Amino acid sequence: MQFGLSESQRILQSNARKFFATECPISEVRRIMETDTAQDKKLWQSMAEQGFLGVVFPEEAGGMGLGFVDLAALAEEMGRALVPGAFLSNLFAGAALHAAGATKHLAAIASGEKTATVALLEASASWNPDAVKMPTLAGEKLFVPDAESADMIVVVARDADELALYLVESHAVKKALMPAMDLTRRLYKVTFDHPAAELLVKGDDARKALDHALNVVTVALCAEMTGGMQRMLDIAVDYAKTRKQFGKPIGQYQAVQHQCADMLLYTESSRSAAYYAAYTMTEGSAEAPTAVSVAKAYASDACRETGNRAVQVQGGMGFTWENDTHLFYRRAKASEMAYGDATYHRERIAKFVID
Amino acid sequence: MDLNLTPAELRFRDEVRVWFTENVPRDWVKRRDEEESMLGRFDCLRQWQRKLFDAGWAGISWPKDCGGRGAPVMEQVIFIEEMARAEAPPMANVIALGLIGPTIIAFGTLEQKKRYLAKMLSAEEIWCQGFSEPNAGSDLAALSTTGVLDGDHFVVNGQKCWTSYAWAADWCELIVRTDPAVPKHKGLTALLVDMHSPGVEVRGLKQMSGESEFGEIFFRDVRVPVGNVVGKVNEGWGVAMGTLMHERGTFGAALQVNYRRNFNRLVEIAKTINRNGKPASEDPVIRQKLAQCYAEIEVMRLNQLRAFSRINETGVPGPEGSIQKIFWSELNQRFQQVAMEILGPYGQLAHGSPDAFDEGQWAYGYLRSRGNTIEAGTSEIQRNIIGHFVLGLPKSY
Repeated sequence: MQFGLSESQRILQSNARKFFATECPISEVRRIMETDTAQDKKLWQSMAEQGFLGVVFPEEAGGMGLGFVDLAALAEEMGRALVPGAFLSNLFAGAALHAAGATKHLAAIASGEKTATVALLEASASWNPDAVKMPTLAGEKLFVPDAESADMIVVVARDADELALYLVESHAVKKALMPAMDLTRRLYKVTFDHPAAELLVKGDDARKALDHALNVVTVALCAEMTGGMQRMLDIAVDYAKTRKQFGKPIGQYQAVQHQCADMLLYTESSRSAAYYAAYTMTEGSAEAPTAVSVAKAYASDACRETGNRAVQVQGGMGFTWENDTHLFYRRAKASEMAYGDATYHRERIAKFVID
Repeated sequence: MDLNLTPAELRFRDEVRVWFTENVPRDWVKRRDEEESMLGRFDCLRQWQRKLFDAGWAGISWPKDCGGRGAPVMEQVIFIEEMARAEAPPMANVIALGLIGPTIIAFGTLEQKKRYLAKMLSAEEIWCQGFSEPNAGSDLAALSTTGVLDGDHFVVNGQKCWTSYAWAADWCELIVRTDPAVPKHKGLTALLVDMHSPGVEVRGLKQMSGESEFGEIFFRDVRVPVGNVVGKVNEGWGVAMGTLMHERGTFGAALQVNYRRNFNRLVEIAKTINRNGKPASEDPVIRQKLAQCYAEIEVMRLNQLRAFSRINETGVPGPEGSIQKIFWSELNQRFQQVAMEILGPYGQLAHGSPDAFDEGQWAYGYLRSRGNTIEAGTSEIQRNIIGHFVLGLPKSY
């Protein structure tokens, strides 16, 4: 028994860390987040060349054919670097297409030639697929990530009583930006008025495909959140070592030190839960949905708390626009809500372990 | 990353599991509850440990030449988990097995290993750990019990307190001040003290939970041979820190199994207890709280798995053990509080009340959990350790 990355996973992670340190330093994050879509074509193409866009997709579909632990190792680095743009929404769509058997679209996604997203939430803002009400492709979807930069949109809708997944071209629908807290990712309201659409799958198979894709993207998000938490911790600890008050580094005071210790506890615990969830997904274990919800329920609260403390430790500096902490803090808040917040996942856990 | 047991680990687990099924005394809980005296209950545990020792289950990860099985840490972890799963009684000599034995293995002389280790494993000699004093708790290095060299003996005077199993102990790993002239960490020495020596007096110390698990020890001109020094004279701080690292290492392995069992029991209770006209398990607020407990117990288990994997690779528990200590202690306090909320007025009913759930163990568990964030290093000390030794922040004291 060994809980940790394999040699090849360590290499993947350290390569990713070097790659993002060079290709996407924080100055670049700030530049990209000021663009309309926060999605940079050049960075995206370099990520595609590294194989990052198709880590978990099969090799015959243009992917790397690796497992979810590898995906988590990559996503953690992306969180640490605060990589802006469509990685998660594109992964969500790819996983849905893959699970729905629509593998013909995967090669374009893995190669970076095309990007895709998923339109799931409606005005109810519920992540539960049971809450989807939109009839076959007429109505509004909200909080659709990266809809403007995406070429394709996987739409979750209801065909009579059955859940169904469709694929539509993004240019065939109307998109309106929903300005939001996270500056590095864009959310849109998307209006569907009977666009041309390809039915991917429906009924139980649609539900299964969607549940699987939600687990995939949630695992990647939990790992990404861990990376962001680690970065907020590192920034705060560095500051606590150098900032002096009353003639001493503030990190020497226990009131500050203990906040940092808690940040480490939250970060390491989120890491354990995220990698375990990824592992159960790779093993195809029946426990995987519970493990995913444990990871997301924990990380949702933990990343918010870590962010709160990172700001507090840095005092007035932590509250400024020029300090990078708020960029991670904004991401943390958006991540907390994305793909179900702690309350949503706790109820899911309750269904699995109490009922 | 591979969390499946290896074929060897699987064989080991199955062997352990079968042995426990055949050997755990079925009437243990009843006997424990019926035994009036603490010593009477303790005698059951001593016999149980002797049985484990005879079957070769004591000291699993200790080296073979120290009387152990020389097995990897992972097998020790599997053993502890199986023991908890089988609801087996704990071993009598927990302090020796978990803390002092590993300390003697790391720092002791060949003679000391030969003299003490086997009798630790067989529970023939029970050990306690004489560290804390009335004026040296978190600030352990400020301790004032003295050891003055007189020929080939140290003469020990002073008082230790909060000493678990002091009332049962035959031996004590004692930290004393042997050089008062140097800075406080540098003048300490670790001694192995015979608790039956003239001048040793033990008094019970009753805890808020009602038991007297620990006590005070008074030393008056107690003579300890110089051959009983562990490590070197005036280098006792390093020895003490080695002991405490073990306290935060594999100590938590049994906890996650016990926590999961308590959680499952609480879910059962929540299904029978009424809340607003329906079972508490259907109340959305209770469901949130139970699910949070489940998630945290799971996270604790996973943190431990990661830590054990690291110990397996590096051989020693690191300061990250402080994260586990904070996690299990604070989690148990939160869990016990959730239990109280679910039980409502029934939660306060104590052992002996016919209306109490589970013989009053919830009232006991709630009170006992207050000690969790104090024993084995307070949460504040653990956060200091993380701040300084893991994050590299300047020392605060």
